[in-house]
Amino acid sequence: MTEVAPVIDVRDLTKTFGTNIAVNRLSIQVQPGEIYGFLGPNGSGKTTFIRMLCGLLRPDSGSGSCLGYDLFRESEQIKVQTGYLAQRFSLYEDLSVRENLQFMARIYGLPKIRVLVDETMERLGLTRFAGQLAGNLSGGWKQRLALAACLLHKPRLLLLDEPTAGVDPKARRDFWDEIYLLAAEGVTSLISTHYMDEAERCHRLAYLAYGNLLAAGTATEVVAASGLHTWTVTGENVHLLSATLKKTTGVEQVAPFGNILHVSGHDPEALGAALDNLDRGKYRYEQSEVSLEDVFISLMQNNRRDH
Amino acid sequence: MTGFFSFHRFLAIIVKEFVQMRRDRVTFAMMIGIPIVQMVVFGYAINSDPKHLPTAILAADQSVFSRTIISAMENSGYFKIVRTVATEDEASFLIEEGEIQFVLTIPESFSRRLVRGEQPSLLLTADATDPSATSNALTAFRAVAEAALVRDFQGPLAHLKRGPPPLSVILHPSYNPEAITQYNIVPGLMGVVLTMTLVIITGLAITRERERGTMENLLSTPVKPFEVMLGKIIPYILVGYVQMGVIMLAGRFLFKVPMIGNLWLLLAVSFLFIAANLGVGLTFSTLARNQLQAVQMAFFFFLPSILLSGFMFPFRGMPGWAQMVGETLPLTHFLRIVRGILLKGNGLAQILPNLWPIGVFLVIALTIGLTRYRRTLD
Repeated sequence: MTEVAPVIDVRDLTKTFGTNIAVNRLSIQVQPGEIYGFLGPNGSGKTTFIRMLCGLLRPDSGSGSCLGYDLFRESEQIKVQTGYLAQRFSLYEDLSVRENLQFMARIYGLPKIRVLVDETMERLGLTRFAGQLAGNLSGGWKQRLALAACLLHKPRLLLLDEPTAGVDPKARRDFWDEIYLLAAEGVTSLISTHYMDEAERCHRLAYLAYGNLLAAGTATEVVAASGLHTWTVTGENVHLLSATLKKTTGVEQVAPFGNILHVSGHDPEALGAALDNLDRGKYRYEQSEVSLEDVFISLMQNNRRDH
Repeated sequence: MTGFFSFHRFLAIIVKEFVQMRRDRVTFAMMIGIPIVQMVVFGYAINSDPKHLPTAILAADQSVFSRTIISAMENSGYFKIVRTVATEDEASFLIEEGEIQFVLTIPESFSRRLVRGEQPSLLLTADATDPSATSNALTAFRAVAEAALVRDFQGPLAHLKRGPPPLSVILHPSYNPEAITQYNIVPGLMGVVLTMTLVIITGLAITRERERGTMENLLSTPVKPFEVMLGKIIPYILVGYVQMGVIMLAGRFLFKVPMIGNLWLLLAVSFLFIAANLGVGLTFSTLARNQLQAVQMAFFFFLPSILLSGFMFPFRGMPGWAQMVGETLPLTHFLRIVRGILLKGNGLAQILPNLWPIGVFLVIALTIGLTRYRRTLD
């Protein structure tokens, strides 16, 4: 198999705002056609990183290329082939769906605007809202319109900053179907999200906290690399156990999932010992698969301790 | 495709601005409403008593009496002799240009006829476009001249003290002989309204994009700052012309303001003035963090413009420092141009001294605006 040039290839990218290091020596590679997930708590530098990729912010140091163009010198070329979906709805609320799309098509200097806008609206199911003001659309449809706007110029790379925040599950599902279709067409996507189910849908992911890259790889790789072990505990009023378990040696984190408690730690022996002390008549426990969420919460907690 | 300037991107911005303008009913109403409201409010003008008005002397008779009259004029405080001219053409050009306010013409054989008791005439021509600037000086002149001469009538001329007044004074207020303040106010309003609405509206234009988050989207596209700025300015230049039209129509039919100059010339030079104001508005919008700040900055610019430009108070009645500030404002020069064209029938030659300062202002404002316009979100 021949080596394909990565779509995003950045090394040691750094951005500071005053004394706050928003992104700290970040290096990642994203391959063509990949759906790359970006996770991390609020303020971890996800948005800053995406903005640097699409030329909205200038990195302080580091090097990198996007779609084969230099991040520092050729941001104009990058912009032409990139679709950027901002966290906040950033089209014109006082323009109709059609007018917004026409505007964006003109900005990119696209040919046959009328046909193109009609096709794009059709593809994303926006046709029945064509004449409505964007400001009157519901959250899910606004997001769809925003996606339509950044697909008009047929970009090779999509940068999606929390595209599904505040969108209902059905609309989220539709949105992801669209991303998969695009990936099949060869479009690369970089998506930041807080949703674990979405993280699991990504081909590969990266976990950021306080500007540092803490983990990267496929979901399985990230879980394996974490060295984390998880037991699930079930039983009557299992949540009452939570406080006690948190104080036990070997237990690093306790997270309730409905009637189940996820108890995790890095040392399997200590963890097993801690659980052996439980009243076996009341509670049942067993080792289970480590979920991404367990890994992320652990990463976040450990990183906070370091600071 | 990513060249320095692209027409399609520029056009895209223009079309968008027009659609948004149409949707924003309140702002749209403001653009048309403000000229009408101001017109009514400023129908009455504020008067004051300006002094040291620049005066030129056209003396065909050099005598002790001429000198007496001239020094008496200066002593009155109303007149300041700045020039001596040789011909009538020269005098009238200076008046048209606005360089001087009065010309005193002393006819040949003035002193001879005075001594003979023939009541010779003096002609005082005034640029009366702004009646409040000249009326007091005109009233004072007759008394000043007569009183001064009486002091000179000594010895053999003492008999002249008795009898009828020794000379007659002919006052000739040019351009606005009936001293109707509206003639001066209405053309001036054109500049004031343009300044007010255009600075505010464009001040809001970019700030709004930033506040609503749409700037982020715009910046992620290949669009250039120059294209955004120009695309935003052009629709409002059109608005500026609509406002001018409203004021001119109202001035013509409501206040019967004479319009003797070339209206096409006025429309052409207004372009510079409108653009200068838009440049200011855009600069403000790059400085302001939100729309409220943009409006505040616009008022910060608007107040000195209205107070120090010669719109509210006669320019020559202001202290020196205020005149200096006033000279930097585009409105000051535009007022002179509008009054010059409409009331005096000025041509390009006469308005040129007031045209280039606006041009300089425009270049400075646009340069600051463009450098300040944040290409990235840093």
